[in-house]
Amino acid sequence: MAGFDKVVSSYEEAMAGLTDNMTVIAGGFGLCGIPENLIAEIKRKRTTDLTLVSNNCGVDDFGLGVLLPNRQIKKIIASYVGENAEFERQMMAGELEVELTPQGTLAEKMRAGGAGIPAFFTATGVGTPVAIGKEERTFNGRDYILEEAIVGDFSIVKAWKADRYGNLVFRKTARNFNPLAATAGKITVVEVEKIVEVGELDPDQIHTPGIYVNRVIQGTFEKRIEQRTTRSSAQLKEKGE
Amino acid sequence: MALSRDQIAQRVAQELKDGYYVNLGIGIPTLVANYVPQDIEVMLQSENGLLGMGQFPTEDEIDADLINAGKQTVTMANGASIFDSAESFAMIRGGHVDLTVLGAFEVDVNGNIASYMIPGKLIKGMGGAMDLVAGADNIIVTMTHASKHGISKLLSNCSLPLTGKGCIKKVLTDLAFIEIKAGKFHLLERAPGVSVEEIIKLTAGELVVNGEIPEMKL
Repeated sequence: MAGFDKVVSSYEEAMAGLTDNMTVIAGGFGLCGIPENLIAEIKRKRTTDLTLVSNNCGVDDFGLGVLLPNRQIKKIIASYVGENAEFERQMMAGELEVELTPQGTLAEKMRAGGAGIPAFFTATGVGTPVAIGKEERTFNGRDYILEEAIVGDFSIVKAWKADRYGNLVFRKTARNFNPLAATAGKITVVEVEKIVEVGELDPDQIHTPGIYVNRVIQGTFEKRIEQRTTRSSAQLKEKGE
Repeated sequence: MALSRDQIAQRVAQELKDGYYVNLGIGIPTLVANYVPQDIEVMLQSENGLLGMGQFPTEDEIDADLINAGKQTVTMANGASIFDSAESFAMIRGGHVDLTVLGAFEVDVNGNIASYMIPGKLIKGMGGAMDLVAGADNIIVTMTHASKHGISKLLSNCSLPLTGKGCIKKVLTDLAFIEIKAGKFHLLERAPGVSVEEIIKLTAGELVVNGEIPEMKL
């Protein structure tokens, strides 16, 4: 009897059913709040020709960047990339398709995808390369472009805590795109630092209700920091040292 | 003398008002936080999902789950709030942020801005910049007036792919404070010791100079 119990016990089980050519939405901002072990499992599975939807594409040896060396990514939809050399090489060589999407539009595409809204109008990108090929409309004298929602075959999400029913709580800015990704996956897989019993999380404090979540797994995390900046290091840098 | 990065930030900080919610971009704009006048309160919005960004952490306070949009470790100010990326851009797109400060490669007389891509050279992406310029009414662009080789970045028409169209009204460079209106640049202030002639020479787009131009006070 599983009922609403979403907990799985292995990463293999967590990512079961992921196959070539699928679209995967990933939470995270830079390396903050990324589902690092689920990404590692995709690398291990060697699934290829994936379309990835994520704000960034990790760095050379961490985050989604680890899927680059084996050419597992066919296309990436992201707002900010190029934090890693292999990414730049594949993009320049035409081996990797990149669809640059404004960050707010990307977030809204996920939100809309999860909320059953197929498209929305936004002023973001009007008159820029982003608007090319998109329908334009004027509302109250202002121009807007039509942006389509995104739904993933899989969403991979990192949360802080989950109960066994998949209710989620995120921690600090590791929240970022994760709650949106969680709503927009046909299969949403969440890895967390701690699984608690049902009833332990205060219903008023749940960020993502379990209805969006299909699988939950507890993992251990490296939580790598991209720009380790302290009060004293910042002062040194400003002095040019 | 051209302004230093810190002096540009210092001058921008004079535009802050008590009770402002402010989004500061990466680079010079980030430095503005160091020059908030003592007698006012502002709250910094970081588009990765933090309103009320505090100073950088001490070594002991470092938390991998708490970063700013530049991916630097930060702290939270008193009264901070945390939210997801869609909520963050609802604030930005919805016009709730009082002032946005960001960098650029080029601006032009029609208020166009190019800041995210140099074709064939630099393709990193726009991040949140397109949403910020589309959503904010009050934007200050900070940049150097010209390249190292003396090529103006204040143009008749931007040559690089645009980040936003017709959205920039104020530019603060290392040489001048400039307003954009009715298809022209208007010189408001000059950096201490910088002549109007020098500014005219390094401004490629049409520049209106009306009467005596005051020096910036820093």
